[in-house]
Amino acid sequence: MTSTTKQLRRRATRTLAFGAITALALTGCSVSADRAPVSNTIDYWLWDTSQLPSYQKCADQFEEANPDLKVNITQYGWNDYWGKLTASFIAGTGPDVFTNHVTQYPQFVSLDVLAPLDDFEAINEVDQQAFQEGLTELWTGSDGHQYGMPKDWDTIAVFYNEELFKEAGITAQELSSSAWNPQDGGSFEQLLAHLTVDANGVRGDEPGFDKSRIKIYGMGLSEAGGGQNGQGQWAGFAATNGWKATNQPLWGDSYNYDDPRLHETLDWYFGLVDKGYVPAYGQFNSSDGTLGQLTSGAVAMVTDGAWMNSAYASSERPISTARLPKGPDGTSKSPINGLADSVVKSSDNPEAASKWVAHMASEQCQRTVAENGVVFPARKDATDITSEVYASLGLNPESFTDPIDDGNTFYLAVTDHGADVIALLGPAFEDLWANRTPASGLTRTNEAVNKIFAK
Amino acid sequence: MTTNTSTRFRSTTQAKRSRRSAQDRRVALLFLTPAALGFLVFLIWPTVRGIWLSFTEYNLLTPEKFVGLANYERLFSDPVFWHSLGVTVQYVLINIGLQTSIALVVALLMHRLTQSTLLRGIILAPYLVSNVVTAIVFLWILDVQFGVANQVLEWIGVGKIGFLSDETWAIPTIALINVWRHVGYTALLIFAGLQMLPEDVYEAARLDGAGEIRSFFSITLPLLRPIMALVLIMTVIGSFQVFDTVAVTTGGGPANATNVLQLYIYDMAFGRFQFGYASAMSVALLLVLGIITFIQFRLTRAGSNDMN
Repeated sequence: MTSTTKQLRRRATRTLAFGAITALALTGCSVSADRAPVSNTIDYWLWDTSQLPSYQKCADQFEEANPDLKVNITQYGWNDYWGKLTASFIAGTGPDVFTNHVTQYPQFVSLDVLAPLDDFEAINEVDQQAFQEGLTELWTGSDGHQYGMPKDWDTIAVFYNEELFKEAGITAQELSSSAWNPQDGGSFEQLLAHLTVDANGVRGDEPGFDKSRIKIYGMGLSEAGGGQNGQGQWAGFAATNGWKATNQPLWGDSYNYDDPRLHETLDWYFGLVDKGYVPAYGQFNSSDGTLGQLTSGAVAMVTDGAWMNSAYASSERPISTARLPKGPDGTSKSPINGLADSVVKSSDNPEAASKWVAHMASEQCQRTVAENGVVFPARKDATDITSEVYASLGLNPESFTDPIDDGNTFYLAVTDHGADVIALLGPAFEDLWANRTPASGLTRTNEAVNKIFAK
Repeated sequence: MTTNTSTRFRSTTQAKRSRRSAQDRRVALLFLTPAALGFLVFLIWPTVRGIWLSFTEYNLLTPEKFVGLANYERLFSDPVFWHSLGVTVQYVLINIGLQTSIALVVALLMHRLTQSTLLRGIILAPYLVSNVVTAIVFLWILDVQFGVANQVLEWIGVGKIGFLSDETWAIPTIALINVWRHVGYTALLIFAGLQMLPEDVYEAARLDGAGEIRSFFSITLPLLRPIMALVLIMTVIGSFQVFDTVAVTTGGGPANATNVLQLYIYDMAFGRFQFGYASAMSVALLLVLGIITFIQFRLTRAGSNDMN
């Protein structure tokens, strides 16, 4: 999930979407599969403005190869995107193809609005062996059908302010070789302590440190503590402590939020707030995200995803990246996630839609996307192109590719009842950060979550 | 003969009258139809459909499935529903309590001190600002890092307060934001009521030696009762339906601390696609509001008037 998400705007637009969808619901509109006769225009939706130019180029390539078809790309910001998409499904005015996210697609599958891709001839011609390992599985439903064609992937790493590191006398080498543990936080916590500076200029590991008045925090934190999956925040830490979110990597039917290994990780992680190394809930406006925290110089480092590379690089501050610290199991682990393109079941021309999806997965389009340097493309042969762009921006692409190369990646939970899980666990995680309650309280929430699956 | 003429006369006037009343009826129907249609389509029909949906499982995209009382059973054992109801009641108490008291004082001041329409306009101004805009402006004013309010608190040595991010502060803060927006409107309603009070009663009281305070408690308040009852019934219903301010400022957080009932219902329907259960909660809210309004009506004897 993009952490640039502007919570403020999301809430405002949610209010607007409320009105819009209510109006639809009241007029009794339902899905009308019988739309206009077969059209030659493919409506494609995406949310990322920075990727719009590369996909426009891909669309031009596609139209050249298929002169009878047209691709019409529409971009809506992340905040409007899902509300508009849902409303469009209900009204029957939606796109033919859209960019999909793993936190959303299980619900769309259960609402029966996505077309299984394996039904299409054009899709079967795509060489999915060329993709980064694990991506096709991520987009295969529990029924064995594929619902999304992988287009890119991301991992999580540390973004840090080189200037603040220099002032603290900490080298990049020290950061990348640091390790954490749930007992005393290890060398990683020592780094955080030294990087934290109070209003009087006293560092976190020096006598007289005033943790109630912090000028620079060791590490930033935003987005309600990462919600239930902690993708850009604590997920990597918990994984190195042996925690797995669900009973199986994908489509599990039982969550493990009652695991003591998770609890000790979270008590340590959010405990950094009590020590003054990490900002308390509400300290920073959530609409700024960790991007705002790091680029304003208010924090020395943040953990964030590969898709944010160009955003951090465009800051005036010297920012570099490193892998997440090693954990109790001796490794550094990162979640792997990725976006995909899905075909809408009610599309008036699903065959043409599937051709466009296949084109976006082709070597030609993937190279175009890679050259734009915003995300790592799904195809392995195009990854190096993106890496070169990142390196030219002064970032270390290895921070993101190494976890894949040494096999230290894991999936975020992809299960049914995603919206219910978020609704139950979201507030529970806010409780950990905002009210600093002990993580053992998650055991009760976990019971409630698993009850949904037992039905 | 005489009887004949009189009956004839009567019958012609009757005929004339019935012709006129038939005409009147047609005109009345013409004028009533649009309003009645709107009432049927936008109020009665959605309510009936909502009640029906509360007995079903429905996700907007596939046909609804009848499940009997399952949604209501779930409601009784759903801790979040009861928590949300509690949060909403807390909000209503703070919101209505402060709003009504302040509005009464403002109305009295307006009534006694000035008749200026400019002043009345200024007092009503916050009500003209949209809820969402109000919420966004306050979100920034109360921001912990950059908010003006917290800067001032720092200067006077109180220290920063997480008005919208602290569990204990969030609901009172949201209640106060809405007091700011609605107090002028409420004051104007009460002000209108004050203007209807007969001056001679006060004159008589003054002659009998009653002071300002005595007049207020013995004359103004009792005579104002029907107006206050109407104001309370209207504002309490509105207050129970709080949604936009919460959605914009806290989104229900931190940790459900501000998850008011309307927000929970909204999220259940449009976030989790459980329209059946969301409808059941809406019906429950309708019942709660119905009961509260009935009690208010009885307690305040809103239908009767002391001036006769």
